[in-house]
Amino acid sequence: MESVLGRYRNLTILVGVLFLQVLGLAIQVKRSADAENTRLIRIWAVSAITPFERGLVWAQHGGGNLWRNYCFLRGVRAENRQLKEEIERMRLEQVRLSEDAAQAHRLQSLLAFKEQVIAKTVPAQVIGSSASDLSRSIYIDKGSNHGIAQDMAVITAGGIVGKVLRVYPSTSLVLMINDQSSGVGVLLEKSRLQGVLRGTPNGELILERVMSDEQVVPGETVQSSGGDQIFPKGLPVGTVSKVSPGREMFLSIKVKPAADLSRLEEVLVVTEKQEREPVAESGGRARAADILAQRLPSVPDKPATVVGAAPEGSTGSGVTGEGSSASAKPHPNGAGQPGTETGTKLAGGAPAASAPAGSNAASPGAAHSVVVAGPSATGEVLTKVAQKGASGDSGSKSGAGSAAGSKAPVSAASNSASNSASNPTSNPTSNPASNSANSPAKASTRRLKLSGPQGNPQPAATEDNPH
Amino acid sequence: MPITYTSGEQIEVYRFSIPVTVGVPLLALFLQAFLPRRFPFFSIFDLPLLVTIFFAMARRNPISGLLTGAAIGLVQDMLGPYPIGLYGIAKTVVGYGASSLGAKLDVENAGARLLVTLGFYLVHAAVYFMVARGMVNLTLDWSWSHGILAGLANAVLGVGLYFALDKFKQRT
Repeated sequence: MESVLGRYRNLTILVGVLFLQVLGLAIQVKRSADAENTRLIRIWAVSAITPFERGLVWAQHGGGNLWRNYCFLRGVRAENRQLKEEIERMRLEQVRLSEDAAQAHRLQSLLAFKEQVIAKTVPAQVIGSSASDLSRSIYIDKGSNHGIAQDMAVITAGGIVGKVLRVYPSTSLVLMINDQSSGVGVLLEKSRLQGVLRGTPNGELILERVMSDEQVVPGETVQSSGGDQIFPKGLPVGTVSKVSPGREMFLSIKVKPAADLSRLEEVLVVTEKQEREPVAESGGRARAADILAQRLPSVPDKPATVVGAAPEGSTGSGVTGEGSSASAKPHPNGAGQPGTETGTKLAGGAPAASAPAGSNAASPGAAHSVVVAGPSATGEVLTKVAQKGASGDSGSKSGAGSAAGSKAPVSAASNSASNSASNPTSNPTSNPASNSANSPAKASTRRLKLSGPQGNPQPAATEDNPH
Repeated sequence: MPITYTSGEQIEVYRFSIPVTVGVPLLALFLQAFLPRRFPFFSIFDLPLLVTIFFAMARRNPISGLLTGAAIGLVQDMLGPYPIGLYGIAKTVVGYGASSLGAKLDVENAGARLLVTLGFYLVHAAVYFMVARGMVNLTLDWSWSHGILAGLANAVLGVGLYFALDKFKQRT
């Protein structure tokens, strides 16, 4: 026996070492429910590697910041201008979206839906990866000391990244969504089809469990469905890049991740989620037209021109229509165009109510031009607004709704435009002259209050945005 | 002639200083964990595997080779998300195989090193997948195109790396 072992000493040791490792592996697999088994040994390894990674990341960022913030500032002025234009565009978009969101909230509250929202996040820096091509995971520089726990969602501004797999005192291991062992419950934004997103050996994302008879087109947005209890519903995941027949009766849908998973530097760990019932604005019976009206700028102090020119309804439409067109269909650049100048200026004025005062408030001249140029084009816009309002409400209220819709914009528009016209800071209390001058507008405000509970125009930044 | 069959006496056996023995594998593990975040294409390489093959072939001692492979593989496992032992087992086999091969064949030239590295990369992947699927029940898929490409990339990098590491060799 001894001679046999001596003769095959190398082989015996190989078998012994392999046996020990297989045994260790078997123990881990058997006790996989208890993740603490291998904790200590992993902590040692991670503690040995991550300080160097932290140091390198720190040095790299320090050098990079020094270069970017002090040495390389070329093009900042142009970029700043571009960003300001972008902000203007976003504000216009926000006005439109917040209306939709408010409407969705109202509907959700009517149906007593619960929504899950991200209550708290912890920013973290990516310091390393798992040292393996066969797994897609990263290390972040925040751990249990910073409130990180297992199975927390990790996201970026672009989209979801993965979930926290293991937590150490000052670092955490994040399993990315393109790992082969990960799975994320997702749904397609337009078709609302649900599926499971998995990683491939190449680090790509495949959407599984979508039947082959469904219509999925490249370019469609993929969102988290919330079904995995890790990622809140509605977070961007990616876009469909390729659709092909898959195994059995399912489609193989390739998804391009929304977050750049190969170049992650900073991420957010969702440390707290809240489940709450959606809160509708002002009691849950607001109408889209009313919300629009609250955001509209108002007419200047020329009541005779407006009211005297036509009956009340058409007067309202003359003013409101312009404002509505500006809000409902904002010009993408936020800049004046021939034929739409008044609308554009109003659109600039609309966000002034929901944005820092005077950011782009309409000048008196601009507001005045609305009144003069308005009536012909604005009637149909009002009709659209009224239709939109009516369609957002129940059918039984359509008659009253349209009436309120035609009145509400008048009052709100009148108030806010006169304020912005007479006072660029849009502060109604600081300029009593303008307030005293627009008494007809106030009268219509009173009428609006009588006609519906949502007629109280309150243009404020926080109230405009239900979020 | 890329691979020469020689007797044991004709082949030189090398050893390494302790700093190199410990430092080079640790550096390889560190770079493998750090560089792919900065250079995503780097994730295709497996530096710990290349270091395992190099030390095993240079020492030409199967026991030393398998222990080196086991140690490097286990540390690599500790940094990853999967159970500890997957890389350990795969690199143990590779370390044993490379040192056994190095004891029988002269693998000092670039062509031989390229072929040996490509071969052991595939062996490593085969053992890893076998254990991962058979024992741990991981749902890992093997991609031939990715595997061959990664094997070639590792082989090319390995040839350069081995010549760089040759400078640390000490004759026994």
